[in-house]
Amino acid sequence: MDFDLSEEQRMLQQSVSQFLDNECPPSRLRDLFNDETGFDPGLWKGLAELGVAGIHLPAEFGGSELEILDLAVVAEVLGRHAAPVPFLSHALASLALQLAGSPDQKKKWLPALASGEKIATVAFSEEGGGWLPEQWGLAAGTTLTGVKERVEAAEHADLFVVGLAGGKLGLVDRGAAGIEIQRVESADRTRRFGRIHFEKAPVELLGAAGPEAATRVCDVGLVLLAADAYGGSDHLVATSVAYAKNRQQFGVTIGSFQALKHQLAEMAIEVEPSRALYWYAAHALDHVPAEASRMASLAKSHLSERYSQVARDATEVHGGIGFTWEGDTQIWFKRAMFDRVMFGTPRQHKDRAAQLAGW
Amino acid sequence: MDLSYGKEIEDFRGEVKAFLKASWPPSGDAAKGTKEEQLRRFRALAISKGYLGRAIPKRYGGSEQAPDPLRGQVIQEEFARAGAPMEPRGIGMMMLVPTLLERGEEWQKEKFVRATLMGEIAWCQGYSEPGSGSDLASLKTRGELVGDEWVINGQKIWTSSAHEADYMFCLVRTEPNAKKHEGISYLLIDMNQPGIDVRPLREMTGSAMFNEVFFNDVRTPKDWIVGKRGEGWLVSRTTLKHERNSIGSAEQVTGLFDSLVALAKTRRIGGRPALEDPEIRRRLVELEGYIRAHQYSGYFQMTKGLRNENPGVLGLMNKINSTHIGHRAAKLAMELLGEDGAVAPGERNMMAAEILSDSTWINYYMATVGIAIAGGTANIQRNVIAERGLGLPRDAAADRSK
Repeated sequence: MDFDLSEEQRMLQQSVSQFLDNECPPSRLRDLFNDETGFDPGLWKGLAELGVAGIHLPAEFGGSELEILDLAVVAEVLGRHAAPVPFLSHALASLALQLAGSPDQKKKWLPALASGEKIATVAFSEEGGGWLPEQWGLAAGTTLTGVKERVEAAEHADLFVVGLAGGKLGLVDRGAAGIEIQRVESADRTRRFGRIHFEKAPVELLGAAGPEAATRVCDVGLVLLAADAYGGSDHLVATSVAYAKNRQQFGVTIGSFQALKHQLAEMAIEVEPSRALYWYAAHALDHVPAEASRMASLAKSHLSERYSQVARDATEVHGGIGFTWEGDTQIWFKRAMFDRVMFGTPRQHKDRAAQLAGW
Repeated sequence: MDLSYGKEIEDFRGEVKAFLKASWPPSGDAAKGTKEEQLRRFRALAISKGYLGRAIPKRYGGSEQAPDPLRGQVIQEEFARAGAPMEPRGIGMMMLVPTLLERGEEWQKEKFVRATLMGEIAWCQGYSEPGSGSDLASLKTRGELVGDEWVINGQKIWTSSAHEADYMFCLVRTEPNAKKHEGISYLLIDMNQPGIDVRPLREMTGSAMFNEVFFNDVRTPKDWIVGKRGEGWLVSRTTLKHERNSIGSAEQVTGLFDSLVALAKTRRIGGRPALEDPEIRRRLVELEGYIRAHQYSGYFQMTKGLRNENPGVLGLMNKINSTHIGHRAAKLAMELLGEDGAVAPGERNMMAAEILSDSTWINYYMATVGIAIAGGTANIQRNVIAERGLGLPRDAAADRSK
């Protein structure tokens, strides 16, 4: 019985955390949050140099060939720092290539994706909110026509992995003709959306695997979002506690008032146990296949709901400053909104978990 | 990350299974005599194999095994599966025996530990008083040393099983002039004597598990004290960390969840099984999220325990997590019972994981409120988490020495 992170996983978390402390401190994070595009190529490059872009990818293409849990523990750290980097979509797009790409497709793309030199993203969601493979409606032959919504880092990606009807996956090069990207103002300015209009854009199928590859990509996405939600929630509990220890009213620190102590305790009670839930869901993706999809949905719905609530509570604990644009709490509040919606709302994943239970 | 117990432990499981197959339920010679005799014989056998009484030295009747939470867990799993009895349930094994082993005199251990382990004597806990609930150290029941005896007067309340107990371990104010926490002694009292009056308190569920206990010149020998005079508060905080099990409570909850799903299959909403109702399905999944988080947090705490490491703030949250889960499960059960949710509660075996009938669900609906109060209220748990876990300052208003 060893249900804890390994020394290596802890060190990986520490190195990413230290890098972000140095390169993306609160002042820089606020600048990027307010920036027109919110994208800092240097930040992404630095993270990629730590190996963050290729954690799960095969060693022959320059990856570290680690497990989903390793990806997830990094997602936790990025969530805690509200890191404005396209980690989630890049990890999933490169995973799709790894799972379903032909040898030539892998050879062409994976080395540059593992090194982070090129950025890939996934274009799954469609009008009406279909995130999962069975909901994808875009059909493709050699070209693709249609619209994909809520594509993270659409403006900065070199490569799109597109969800197609029948749970198929297609590959579209950013440089190809017939692609128009429309910026969408998203609440979370650390991870921005674009809408992509494809008009007879050349597409290659990722045909080396069946629809189970697309399902796995989505399940991994759910767990990475759950991990991000844990990191963000944990950060909000910590900053709320720190604020309550510091802020004085009536001549004492407000953290000595029982009403606030109980509110903070409840926030911690909601958040703290959920870490083990995302760990287990990540572990299941590599080691407990029978439970993998169901646990992914369970973890995503549970943690994104905890994050949404704790973000409201943290804002309240911070008082007026929590409600301002200058205060930092809003950054995590909006990340919680992203984590809640991305890859399907808690309601959709509760329904999926119920269905997968055979109820 | 490795969730298996490993080959050595699985081999051990095989041994435990084989033992249980041969020994429980009793057959042949082992099945002779009364149920109690059979039970005692089985426990003695299980102790001789090292399966029970693991934390207790051999000279006091235990099997004195090296601490091994995984073996402890496997024993618990297999005994539960076979429906075999473990150590006697109740406050004696839970609280008194660990306290005696840590703090008791040699003769006290010899007199009480073996008999408690074998189920020959039962205990009750004399802590709470009408005026001393969460603020337990304010207790007023007094003990005076008269010759070779303590003479005790006062009242205890919420005393579970006092009507069945042979002895009580009791917190008594023996040093009226000392500071609040330093004036208390930990005394052992024979319940079979004239000055003790046990009056049952009926719970809202209708059953009477706990009591009021009145002391009127109750006597106990001078040396029936654990620790020194005035050390009772510290003695009462003693816990034995031998094989502290953090998985057990979550398993109880998992069994409960299965019962809830079964209930949702049999009850109907709009003419269809409730389990097909979208809202019910979502609420079940939401509850399961909390249960799984609690369960895997138990695995994490077990891992930390195996390495003698501190699990951090999570270790302070187990009780309130169980409480919250109980509230959610109870409210969902009530939703499922629909129109039948207003009938009187039935009897429920508190130790059973499954809940089978409507009236026991009603009992559970009420009992879960009790869980939020017993053994440290949810609000006290929040204080503990906030102060010891999150490092927030103590209450501005409460001076706990008063």
